[in-house]
Amino acid sequence: MPPDIESIAEQVFAALADPTRRAILAALAAEGPATATDLAGRLPITRQAIAKHLALLAEVGLVTAEPGERRRVRYRLHSAPMQAAQQFLAALARDWDRQLQALTAHLDRSAGTPVRDEAGGHHA
Amino acid sequence: MGFPDRIERTVEVAHQPAAVWAALTTAEGLSAWFGNEATIDLRPGGSARMSWENGFTVDMRVERVEEPTVFGFTWQVYGLPKDDPRRTYVEFTLEPVGSGTRLTVVESGFAQLPPDVYAPAYDGNTKGWASELGELVSYLDAA
Repeated sequence: MPPDIESIAEQVFAALADPTRRAILAALAAEGPATATDLAGRLPITRQAIAKHLALLAEVGLVTAEPGERRRVRYRLHSAPMQAAQQFLAALARDWDRQLQALTAHLDRSAGTPVRDEAGGHHA
Repeated sequence: MGFPDRIERTVEVAHQPAAVWAALTTAEGLSAWFGNEATIDLRPGGSARMSWENGFTVDMRVERVEEPTVFGFTWQVYGLPKDDPRRTYVEFTLEPVGSGTRLTVVESGFAQLPPDVYAPAYDGNTKGWASELGELVSYLDAA
């Protein structure tokens, strides 16, 4: 696995750990590109604080700035780094333990034998 | 932080490989323990689909069929769009042990995301959406 993917995921998780940054990303996802001033009108945060968070999000690559005059720069959501984080979450969310238990129960049921503990355990 | 590319689990069941094989590779078997409904075209390249009562469905592509020892398929990565080409590979291996079966499942490919996909993926999606929305607008305009 390329190390830079892991560092991208790490930065994404760090960025998402902050509720204000999550609110900014949610606003951009829901309503499309916006300037810091637009976001300050929608969220209970000052424009200065939003500008600071947008700069951090841009550094991580979660938002990109559209070209424009400095105070009117619009930011848009950039989902590519999120997908690196998603790969990690997908691996954790895949629940084979539960599925194998269901399979064992199904086999026991269809063979008409009482449910037994499997000898091998789940963690190979 | 370890970034898992594969998940491996082994379980021993008190049933012969033929019974386990049927549970893994038939619509009847899969719908009994995995999905609520299932269809499967059991041959390499064949498609399979499972759906659940909550409306969630997953599409699989059968890759390896070596009765009664190896069954492999790829499927979509949960959380990625349905048409995303990245898929994980799931392989079940059945090994007779006494009168039962040792069943191993390995799912791999979680870490795939080539660095060169990083920027182009975004650009491609951005352009894709722009053109899709353009087509929608033209369609609506023409109506």
